[in-house]
Amino acid sequence: MKSFSLPRITVWRVIAVVLIAAGTVAALARFTLGLGATTNLSDEFPWGLWIGFDFLGIGLAAAGFTIVAAVHLFHADRYEPIVRPAILTAFIGYLLVVLVLIIDLGRPEHFWHPLVMWNPHSVMFEITWCVILYTTVLSLEFASIVVERFKLHAPIRWIHNMSLPFMIAGVLLSTLHQSSFGSLYLIVPNRLHALWYSPLLPILFFISCIASGVSMVIFETLILSRNGRTLLAPELRANLAKIIAVTLGIYLVVRFQDMSSRGVLHEMMIVTYQSIAFYVEIVIGFVIPLALLMSRRVRYSRRGLFISTALVLIGFAANRMNTAVTGMEIWPSRTYFPSVLEILITLGIAAIGFSAFTLVARYLPIFETEQHDEGASAPSIYDVVTDTQMVSRPD
Amino acid sequence: MIKKKAMLIDITLCVGCNACQDGCKSENKLAAGEEKRLSPSAYTALNEYNGVFVRRMCQHCDVPTCVSVCPVGAFTKLSEGPVLYDADKCIGCRYCMQACPFQVPRYEWSSTKPRVQKCKFCAPRITNGLQPACAEACPTGATKFGDRDELLREAYARINAEPDKYVHKIYGSDDVGGTSILYISSVPFEQLGFDTKLDKAPMPLLTWNALSKVPNVVTVGSVMLAGIWWITNRRTEVQRYEASQKQSTTTQTQDKQ
Ligand code: SF4
Ligand code: SF4
Repeated sequence: MKSFSLPRITVWRVIAVVLIAAGTVAALARFTLGLGATTNLSDEFPWGLWIGFDFLGIGLAAAGFTIVAAVHLFHADRYEPIVRPAILTAFIGYLLVVLVLIIDLGRPEHFWHPLVMWNPHSVMFEITWCVILYTTVLSLEFASIVVERFKLHAPIRWIHNMSLPFMIAGVLLSTLHQSSFGSLYLIVPNRLHALWYSPLLPILFFISCIASGVSMVIFETLILSRNGRTLLAPELRANLAKIIAVTLGIYLVVRFQDMSSRGVLHEMMIVTYQSIAFYVEIVIGFVIPLALLMSRRVRYSRRGLFISTALVLIGFAANRMNTAVTGMEIWPSRTYFPSVLEILITLGIAAIGFSAFTLVARYLPIFETEQHDEGASAPSIYDVVTDTQMVSRPD
Repeated sequence: MIKKKAMLIDITLCVGCNACQDGCKSENKLAAGEEKRLSPSAYTALNEYNGVFVRRMCQHCDVPTCVSVCPVGAFTKLSEGPVLYDADKCIGCRYCMQACPFQVPRYEWSSTKPRVQKCKFCAPRITNGLQPACAEACPTGATKFGDRDELLREAYARINAEPDKYVHKIYGSDDVGGTSILYISSVPFEQLGFDTKLDKAPMPLLTWNALSKVPNVVTVGSVMLAGIWWITNRRTEVQRYEASQKQSTTTQTQDKQ
């Protein structure tokens, strides 16, 4: 259908194949030998790298709901070209998380239990339901792309009529899901370090995933629009970048306000393992990109955006990993570093994700929108007039 | 009404003979042999702090964190006190281990069908009017089984009788909302590995404050999103209509020329 390929695809292919093969072997070892022999998880540290990976996968998939909400619910139609990459990212992100969960769970064959054995008091219960429902919503959204590829018009109409409730459900589920990862840690005030524990964890997790979700979209479009293609016009990218800056600002205000009201600012003043990790996270992932993105020049420069969104993503990863691992460590009695097999499995799964993304992008209409219902010309006219209309219309 | 049961552990009376662990192991058919830490085959273990022995075990909380966090409800709390675990339900997410304020649940890491393991408060025995195996095995009375109210009264009496000897606190009387295992000691609890900073309110409340907002988020959220969609959709339609009007006027003018 189109001649699109990622740069240096062959090198990547080799790396991906090696990683996937190694990951598969490691996963086989995990299932035949058990968690104890293959991971560094322990009674002191029952959650490790894989929980962190879940946080990342779900967090980056947040792009899916942010963009879908903006375009389809708020009618920010100019961002239409990135809806599909965002949905695809989210869909793959969620599938990867399900894969990691199956490897992480002690009894993966009991995975379906939360469907019939309910405990609404459990955050984990809510999360399981969010994963299941949101993956369903995403697969329906994804299905609409597939049926378009095969020109099945009846299902398209059907899905389009159904999609408003689905989209609303998707946005809500995803919101709940992001914040409930934070809620997971509400119950461990005695174990999680004061620099990360907060009764506002669900809110902080939600705010930061918006910043990282939007960053992920910009980052993706920047990488994928090499070879002369541009997925998003520079002004749109700059607008998104402004959203990131505002979100980062809000996040920092809420986080520090909360720390000062809990009286833990002094934890920052002493040099500990944890406070260093805290500074790395806050400065690299929040302060520097905020400062960068305040400048108009950065927002309009490809390189500037590339660096700042990468920093936001790194900071996001650091924040989640710090919450899941660093904040739970007590030096030297309770520490954790993932085993080689844990790392191999994680890398293998990430490689599956990247390969799936490129494969799907190659065979399905992800980076172009075909017009199927309202005639091909309407949206383009609309695009041209939108801005002037916005100004002149007295709403 | 069923009386809430408890065990009073008087740390001053413990001589570190390990009889409780031995009794527990034979009652629960666990691999024999002395263990110094809780493990899947040691539901109780003695920790030593400069010659003072502290029995560790599940506290059988009144409002247990493990019961509240388990996504599939594998834990249940009996009105007599025991908190029990059902391996057939467990999916192995290990949230219970992460969340338990006393870090009690242990995992069978070496198994490919791992279970969570912890003290069962000898539920089958106490529902039949017997005392737990460990209390029965204890030669000094350092572990004493009985009704919770009575044991609390007895603990106060012991502290009042020797106020200079005992620390003026019954650990477990109200920590995390109260537990079935009560400790009294002559050495300050924080020197014996006890977390004395735990809240008096049950931990599950911390989560519930957030979780109980979920239905609100869902209802208010969906109405709001649908509303926004409706408003912006209307605006887009108006714009689209005006755009097409404009276009048709331009075409008309062009036609005239
Ligand atoms: S001590 Fe831990 S395992 Fe035992 S009842 Fe309380 S929360 Fe559950
Ligand atoms: S590990 Fe098992 S018992 Fe513990 S919370 Fe998860 S499902 Fe429940």
